[in-house]
Amino acid sequence: MNNGDVILQTSTKIILFIIITFSAYLFFAGHHNPGGGFIGGLMSASALVLLALAFDLKTVRKVIPVNYRVLTALGLLLAVLTGVGSFVFDVPFLSHTFGYFDLPLLGKTELATAVLFDLGVYLAVVGVTMTIILSIGEDT
Amino acid sequence: MSNIIIMPLLIPLFTAILLVFFQKQAAVQRWIGGISVLGNIAMSAYIVHQVYLEGILTLNLSGWLAPYGIVFVSDMFAALLVLTTNIVGAACLFFAYRTIGKEKEKYYFYPFFHFLLVGVIGSFLTGDIFNLFVCFEVMLISSYALIVLGGTKRQLRESIKYILINIFSSALFVASVAYLYGTVGTLNLAHLSERVAEAGQGGMLTIISVLFLIVFGLKAGLLLFFWLPGSYSVPATAVTALFGGLLTKVGVYAIVRLFTLVFYHDQGITHVLIGGLAAVTMILGVIGAVAYKDVNRILIYNIIAGIGFIVFGVAIANTSALEGTIFYLIHDMVVKALLFLLGGTLIAVAGTEQLREMGGLIKRYPLLGWLFFVAAMALVGVPPLSGFIGKLLIVRGGLEDGWYWISGIGLASSLLMLYSMMKIFMSAFWGEEKSGVQPKVSVKGLLAPSVCLTVLVIFLGVGAEWVYPYVSMAAEVLAEPQQYIQAVLKE
Repeated sequence: MNNGDVILQTSTKIILFIIITFSAYLFFAGHHNPGGGFIGGLMSASALVLLALAFDLKTVRKVIPVNYRVLTALGLLLAVLTGVGSFVFDVPFLSHTFGYFDLPLLGKTELATAVLFDLGVYLAVVGVTMTIILSIGEDT
Repeated sequence: MSNIIIMPLLIPLFTAILLVFFQKQAAVQRWIGGISVLGNIAMSAYIVHQVYLEGILTLNLSGWLAPYGIVFVSDMFAALLVLTTNIVGAACLFFAYRTIGKEKEKYYFYPFFHFLLVGVIGSFLTGDIFNLFVCFEVMLISSYALIVLGGTKRQLRESIKYILINIFSSALFVASVAYLYGTVGTLNLAHLSERVAEAGQGGMLTIISVLFLIVFGLKAGLLLFFWLPGSYSVPATAVTALFGGLLTKVGVYAIVRLFTLVFYHDQGITHVLIGGLAAVTMILGVIGAVAYKDVNRILIYNIIAGIGFIVFGVAIANTSALEGTIFYLIHDMVVKALLFLLGGTLIAVAGTEQLREMGGLIKRYPLLGWLFFVAAMALVGVPPLSGFIGKLLIVRGGLEDGWYWISGIGLASSLLMLYSMMKIFMSAFWGEEKSGVQPKVSVKGLLAPSVCLTVLVIFLGVGAEWVYPYVSMAAEVLAEPQQYIQAVLKE
């Protein structure tokens, strides 16, 4: 549909990766700095929206062949499961824990289970936003 | 620490999420959903037993202690309501299996259904006022989807009104919470109660309590019920039964909780206001019930009259009236859902909602007719059935504390409720056979959930002796908020 707009399409191809990287940064920054799953998810979704604006919805479906409604459910499932996981250790629902690990390349890193919960939020936000945009955009 | 009290919330939540993955396989959705609600009934019955043995159970989420984290509290009142919610939910779900149709099943009917249960159960269990708001929203957003699902013209029109009014009241809810937080600086209900008691409930806090009364009055259909008759007449029968049984009662629960736990210091203003609102609601409700000749409308206005009666019990606020309130609330949840299921079946077999076009159905559907008769008698409060004890206790409480006028209105409204129900029974089931279409599904199958609820209604009335200790334990906590505060704050 949106053919021939070479400048928009070319710059989108570059900017897309910058936005995705920034959203990943926001997602991981959430524990100590402003950021987190919600804003990270919105930022990722906005990258996909840019892709849809520069090309069309069919391209978005082809590039990322995901059923976004299932993605939303996966996110919710992940968030609930991190809460339920605390049952195993006999602590109250939604208890989280963290620890320091020596990872290759990264060195000493703080890993928290709250990130898994945030990942659930992230997936749910991306899923919901894309579901809204795709279903409004395609119902013409 | 007892993770068990969060289970009634987690089971439907987990089910709802799981059902999204099986969008196309309706049969799988039915099986998973059915097993989940039945399991949840067993789970919440176990919790009622547990609370009966050990007193109030609390759970600090994430292990943060009470005023700082979110706490889930299962006192007897909440536990009984959760159990009732699950029973009503199960009956509506099994009714929906036969009536809802393939098209809606494919568009996430069952996930929305279970999310609605999550919201209702969460509202009953939470011990934090902002968490109560969140649970209200979970419930309301699912109800928006269930009202509009199907997309007929009437549904679209009524859902716009419903969503507008609920967004307004939710915004008012947030504003009231903000005022309250600004005044006393906490959100935990037990801690709020303590702080309000320390500060002495002066003018500011009384105004805030009236704001909350407006918010929950809007949600519960207390006087501000202008949105309710339209919205409840459009969705499918199973959904209307669920709404009639649960949604307004969550608003009533919030009123009961707030005005027994937090704002009970200035009863001369707040409780008199509540009593007045209850009286007007009863009067307007029965006027509506008497005026209409349309099955759905009559039942809807009976919900409103019932709300007035329950809230009247809150206004009296002595032990006898609180016991009556709890009894009547539980009875009302069951019997309203039952009446809507029967009303829906009646409309399905008669092929019309208008009473003047019905007649003589008792010959072809005797079971339906007599079930309706029993349900109507239970609703009005004829002695062996479930509505009686609640009404008796509330009226006795009212007479003890000198609320003569409103008690009189309550009794007169019962009479008019009886008239409105008998109007349906006599014109639909007796007389000449006028109409009647062959329904698409077998009526026997449709009646199975209603039979179960009728048995429960009879049990609640006849077996009041067994139910009473639980109700009395629940009322004791409402009458003495100190117990609740100590259980939560563990001083």
